[in-house]
Amino acid sequence: MSVRTLRIDGRDLAVPEGTTLLQAAREAGIAIPTLCHLEGLSPVAACRLCLVEIEGTDKLLPACITPASEGMVVQTATPRLQDIRRTVVELLFTEGNHVCAICVANGHCELQDLAVTTGMDHSRLPYRFPARRVDLSHPFFGLDHNRCILCTRCVRVCDEVEGAHVWDVGWRGEHCRIIAGLDEPWGAVDACTNCGKCVQVCPTGALFHKGDTTAEKHDEPAQLQALVHARHHQQWNP
Amino acid sequence: MAPPRRTITIDPVTRIEGHAKITIQLDAAGAVETARFHVTEYRGFEKFCEGRPFTEMAAITARICGICPVSHLLAAAKTGDKILAVTIPPTAEKLRRLMNLAQITQSHALSFFHLSSPDFLLGWDSDPARRNVFGLIAANPDLARAGIRLRQFGQGVIEALGGRKIHAAWSVPGGVREPLGEETRDRISAGLPEAFAITERALGLFKTLLDTQLGEELEVFGSFPSLFLGLVGPGGLWEHHRGAEAGCGIRIVDSDGQIVADGLREDDYASFLAEAVEPWSYLKFPYVRALGPEAGSYRVGPLARLNLCERIGTEQADRELLELRQRGGRVVTASFLYHLARLIEILACLEQMQQLLDDPTITATHVRARAGVNAHEAVGVSEAPRGTLFHHYRVDENGLIEAVNLIIATGQNNGAMNRTVTQIARHYLSGERLTEGLLNRVEAGIRCFDPCLSCSTHAAGQMPLLVELVGADGQLRDVLRRD
Repeated sequence: MSVRTLRIDGRDLAVPEGTTLLQAAREAGIAIPTLCHLEGLSPVAACRLCLVEIEGTDKLLPACITPASEGMVVQTATPRLQDIRRTVVELLFTEGNHVCAICVANGHCELQDLAVTTGMDHSRLPYRFPARRVDLSHPFFGLDHNRCILCTRCVRVCDEVEGAHVWDVGWRGEHCRIIAGLDEPWGAVDACTNCGKCVQVCPTGALFHKGDTTAEKHDEPAQLQALVHARHHQQWNP
Repeated sequence: MAPPRRTITIDPVTRIEGHAKITIQLDAAGAVETARFHVTEYRGFEKFCEGRPFTEMAAITARICGICPVSHLLAAAKTGDKILAVTIPPTAEKLRRLMNLAQITQSHALSFFHLSSPDFLLGWDSDPARRNVFGLIAANPDLARAGIRLRQFGQGVIEALGGRKIHAAWSVPGGVREPLGEETRDRISAGLPEAFAITERALGLFKTLLDTQLGEELEVFGSFPSLFLGLVGPGGLWEHHRGAEAGCGIRIVDSDGQIVADGLREDDYASFLAEAVEPWSYLKFPYVRALGPEAGSYRVGPLARLNLCERIGTEQADRELLELRQRGGRVVTASFLYHLARLIEILACLEQMQQLLDDPTITATHVRARAGVNAHEAVGVSEAPRGTLFHHYRVDENGLIEAVNLIIATGQNNGAMNRTVTQIARHYLSGERLTEGLLNRVEAGIRCFDPCLSCSTHAAGQMPLLVELVGADGQLRDVLRRD
């Protein structure tokens, strides 16, 4: 196994070839915020929160999919990056209808946590207040498009882990939204196995258990890693 | 040329919860022609709740108010119970009642001590800069502290049950989210003796003031016959929370004590209540449908509840109720006695809280029933501190809200508040003589009803007051300003 040596935030690191900058940083205890990324699912670099600065290029690169290469000098928390991250979070808040006070995920929401860690005490951008719907057609779960940030964790977990591929992203541009089946009510999609993994990995209150009220969603997305790890190592085989 | 008419505007009305103004129309001779109480804010909850899951309604509608969120929390949860079509666990019902009693206690304490008592303890005409709770602290620190402590007790009970003082998302369709632990129960019980002592002291003080210096207020501050409406329990007992599901119903009495209607179910509210709309206020004017907007105008709230019930059912409060009736008649029509009714209700709340806390089943842990959508339309009712509160939801087959109607206690006193300001203005004001103290009496007429207009919180005594005297030609004749 070949090794790559690099420097992140002034710290010299040596990591195996193929390691992403995000993995390298986290192993070294350097926190880089993420939202669409979840260990156990394929990375998509959609949210742009993990952008980092790399010496020698003006382009900001997402740490979740950028492999560490020899001699890289990486900055993860410059004022420029911090401002970009705050702006990304502001865009997410203003693009949807995120009302924490009444949300099922209040207190257990990754978007809310990021607003705190990026210092978003208010939005510098105007709120769009889009008219979006709630789908409660499933017997156990609900989908509130108002709270969806299109991270596609649900799409990936259903496809890659459960193998049911209930979810996709439909439409274009600002009209993009998560769709079930062929853009049907969730409850009408036969492919759904009712496993609830999509609810488990959703970083916000967009996917939730029906009947839950404010702040009652306590799902733990990281539990997915245990499941994926156990499968990979066939822990449950006799 | 028509004689000039003049308008006096009190904007905003201070030491109430929300935004409002009063206009007083004077005729050419300077006599009061009419006075109107305008609610100048619009909030739109009934519209933006559409499309939301009914399970969110308790949390959303609690945001209507920072003073009495519990009232909406409970009414929404009760409406949700009916959509689930479940009978909630008995302990959940007791815990909800416990929270409502705490809520009435803290809200009444706020109304009496913080908002209204500066008027009659410091004087109607005292310096407006000091005629507030801070002035009360300076003049009578013990009483001010007691009032703050009493409100703190009520808020503390809400926090102990729901996890936070304001907007606790604790009462949910099907019951409540957390049971009451024994340690918390004991902590609440330990606070009761001080709360009793404060209430008894305030009652003694206020009754003395009524006997010695507030006689005119009894006659002038909204003293008129009207209907009274509210919940009563089985046997005509005072009731604050339970509706048709527990054999309680809505009763309407007239000023002579005749029962106009009894045992009305909240589900049928649209058949016996209607709402009139006036172009000059965002607050609607509910009335008893069968009697029309004038004769059907009614009052709700503490005084109405005490007028409606045969008795309260606890020893001390019943003694005070008897005394109230000796003072004001079997049906008390003087709106100024809302203040006394509030203190009596605090006593009733404390006694009933004691009873609930002494009940060994209050700490049972089965407090929530779970079910799906089993009914598509439901009406929940609860007695808020200010009066009877109705929530009415219609949901689709999945439980998404299709329509909402909220009938708020304050709205039901709208007609009475308008009559009250007119009565006070006619008694005290003329075009020749305008003083801040006289206008304060007009505002105080509104404070009798403790209206919760926003319902949002505003710091007492912080709002400026602007009174403009405008001639019929639109020229400003006189200005009174309180910054």
